[in-house]
Amino acid sequence: MADNTDKSVKAPVLDVQELGIDFGGLTAVNDLNMQVYDGEIVGLIGPNGAGKTTVFNLLTKVYKPTRGKIYFDGKDTAGKSVVDINKAGIARTFQNIRLFGNLTVLDNVKTGFHNVIPYSPITAILRLPKYFSSEKEINEKAMDLLKIMELDKYADYKASNLPYGAQRRLEIARALATNPKLLLLDEPAAGMNPQETAELMDMIRFVRDHFKIAVLLIEHDMKLVMGICERITVLNYGMMLAQGTPEEIQSNPEVIKAYLGD
Amino acid sequence: MQFLSYLINGLGLGSVYAIIALGYTMVYGIAKMLNFAHGDIIMVGAYIAFFALTKYALPFPLAVLTAVVVCTVLGVLIERLAYKPLRQAPSLAVLITAIGVSYFLQNGAQILWSSSSKVFPSAISTGSISLGSASVSYLTLITIATCIAVMICLTLFINRTKTGSAMRACSEDKGASMLMGINVNMIISITFAIGSGLAAIASVLLASTYPSVYPTMGSMPGIKAFTAAVFGGIGSIPGAFIGGLLLGIIEIFAKAYISTQLSDAIVFGVLIVILLIKPTGLLGKKINVKV
Amino acid sequence: MKEKSSIFSRFGDKQHRGRLMSFVLVIIAYIAVEVLVKTGNLGSMFSSLLVPITCYVVAAIGLNLNVGISGELNLGQAGFMSVGAFCGICVSGILAGSVTAGIPRLIIAIICGAVLAAVFGFLIGIPVLKLQGDYLAIVTLAFGQIIKSIFMNAYIGIDTDGLHFSFVESTFKLQPGGKMLLNGPMGATGTQKIANFTIGTILVIVALFVVYNLMFSRSGRAIMAARDNRIAAESVGIPISRTKMLAFVTSAALAGAAGALYGLNYSTLVPNKFDFNTSILILVYVVLGGLGNMTGTIISTVVLILLPELLRSLQDYRMLIYAVVLIVIMLVTNNEWLMTKWKSLFAGKAKGGA
Repeated sequence: MADNTDKSVKAPVLDVQELGIDFGGLTAVNDLNMQVYDGEIVGLIGPNGAGKTTVFNLLTKVYKPTRGKIYFDGKDTAGKSVVDINKAGIARTFQNIRLFGNLTVLDNVKTGFHNVIPYSPITAILRLPKYFSSEKEINEKAMDLLKIMELDKYADYKASNLPYGAQRRLEIARALATNPKLLLLDEPAAGMNPQETAELMDMIRFVRDHFKIAVLLIEHDMKLVMGICERITVLNYGMMLAQGTPEEIQSNPEVIKAYLGD
Repeated sequence: MQFLSYLINGLGLGSVYAIIALGYTMVYGIAKMLNFAHGDIIMVGAYIAFFALTKYALPFPLAVLTAVVVCTVLGVLIERLAYKPLRQAPSLAVLITAIGVSYFLQNGAQILWSSSSKVFPSAISTGSISLGSASVSYLTLITIATCIAVMICLTLFINRTKTGSAMRACSEDKGASMLMGINVNMIISITFAIGSGLAAIASVLLASTYPSVYPTMGSMPGIKAFTAAVFGGIGSIPGAFIGGLLLGIIEIFAKAYISTQLSDAIVFGVLIVILLIKPTGLLGKKINVKV
Repeated sequence: MKEKSSIFSRFGDKQHRGRLMSFVLVIIAYIAVEVLVKTGNLGSMFSSLLVPITCYVVAAIGLNLNVGISGELNLGQAGFMSVGAFCGICVSGILAGSVTAGIPRLIIAIICGAVLAAVFGFLIGIPVLKLQGDYLAIVTLAFGQIIKSIFMNAYIGIDTDGLHFSFVESTFKLQPGGKMLLNGPMGATGTQKIANFTIGTILVIVALFVVYNLMFSRSGRAIMAARDNRIAAESVGIPISRTKMLAFVTSAALAGAAGALYGLNYSTLVPNKFDFNTSILILVYVVLGGLGNMTGTIISTVVLILLPELLRSLQDYRMLIYAVVLIVIMLVTNNEWLMTKWKSLFAGKAKGGA
């Protein structure tokens, strides 16, 4: 049992132990150990096809792991569904943007409050007082999130009509609405120009501080990764290649080799 | 042996369903649309064969050929006029158009040929042979043989010819096929032509078995064949064949052993059970969504 | 009705104006029809269509929730209407002695029809909603056929001994004075006609209320989210099957209510009335009216029911023309080239066009 016993006083919010998944005969992720602590921004990097998004899909239960354990908030997540995981406090964005295209930007964020501010369909149909109070709260909180992500001016736009960068930010706003403890960002800066990326970095930092959450992000933009991540895990061929601070990673010969090839 | 004779009759009915289902499934596989007017092509085919046999006193094979030619042309014409302009449209719009075409054919037939049903002449020998204690009509045997022949020809066509492989390519990825220089519109037309031609063959077999021809005669066999196609996994040619045969057998057995009135309910009930066990039908491909 | 105005004053955006329009349209149409009826200007042909129109409008509004808002093709809406209709007829027949006034009995029958259809919807929804796309559609078609078969074989009678049931064959003998409520393929006969246009209109308003209130709520957003992107919806904690079930069951309940009203508008009703073609007809109303567009659904339902009647002078050709109209509308509204041609044809004369 290879165990990362380097546990600090605080228990990690996410604890991945010897995680692995096979698709048919192909091992996509193997023997992955990784921890994310409260309030941390952790980067998950690696060459294309290294299995980064697969890790996100494992963490959010889109895929069921073949081996290993995922502990979230100290609890084993085995047997949980995608919905359960979100309720437990993991929210994510997608590499290939997945918005609710026909809904307005505001409504996209409002969907995120589904389990945060719940009320029954009967309440809705009969327009009971609880409907009005809940909707008011949802509306206000959703607008707050839009402001944070600088999307408030688009609130009434159809989500599919947004510019690319704004769509990525909207996904983050929607994920934040679910009141997560851990936010998974899958290439949040993809398709953004340098200025947008710089703004996004500030936003991610602000979100972490404001909501007191941990962030795990996949990104190819090294400026972003090195700029905001406190720790970085490098994946290659589904295996963990290195783990450490940005400085350690940048000087790691294995990592350089993986990225630049032999 | 009652069982044997039921089984063979089931195979006979199933063969008709299978031939119709092949048309459904091919069109679905390539044009990705549910062609609800397919059943009405059968009706047109039956009328053409009827008039060819009675009014023009054509010999049987020639009558069948006429029906096949007319239906093929009709199928291609419908595709060109009604479906082709909707290539980029949402699938529901195409579905409603197909329903419109179905209404058009049914009501057109009613105006042209009146709504009263016509008795289809028994052109295929009415005799039967005995297999042990079961007697099986020639018609049933011919139906089964036709179905097997159709299946073999179609499989050879799809797997051995250039057009066939172009069809397979189109069903996988229309955009990529176009980039590879395949004339996708042509392929879709050919698919409709084959499907409609098969419908004409089925129509003659159907009208010979149940010898009445009327404007809405295609609806129920159409729905059943559609069910058969889904049964086997829509888009899959062997699936449509197996689905059609199974559906026919289940229907005849349900009629014989359980209840005539409930046979439809049983057929559809079995379909639901199959889809619950295999959500994409017996031979359907599993759909994987990439996250 | 006081509550309604308070709801409207809260919101002012486009979607909610669309909602207001639906209600205004229904109320204006109702007043117009009542005026025509009172002044004797409405032909018997049209007066006989008033209740059926409201029934189909309600069933179509329900189906639009299912197809437009939830995004699942349902080819069995007539099956739920049929459940509601025969349930309503039975309830009305059973209560004929105890609740003699027509209106309360009608309302009870409609509620029972809606509830039973909702129960059917729930039971059918469990397997159906596990499937996706065209497979889901075919299973709803199959259930529609099964429901039709069940009613074709159901025999229910009532006499002094109480209710009698049998299946496939009528195995019971009724006491003198007893009444067959359902008679297999013959359906219901001798039903007391207690439906009327006012109740029908109220039912339309209730249906609009239910659907709109659901749409603009947590549940409605969840339903639309699950339609637009299943995976993303799950990722924000929306349980897909439960959400789709809500739309499916509500849709079924509305169809059931519509069916009950429909059944109590005729003295005889055969199970074959609610076959696959009826399901398709309702789907056509929905698609032509616009997915998710309730006002459009109301207009298209009314127009498409009246169209064959208006074309009556063309006799045999009317259904043919109906079919051509259907195809042409679909082509014109969905093909860019044809759409521009169409618009240029009317340019300058009318705005909007098709």
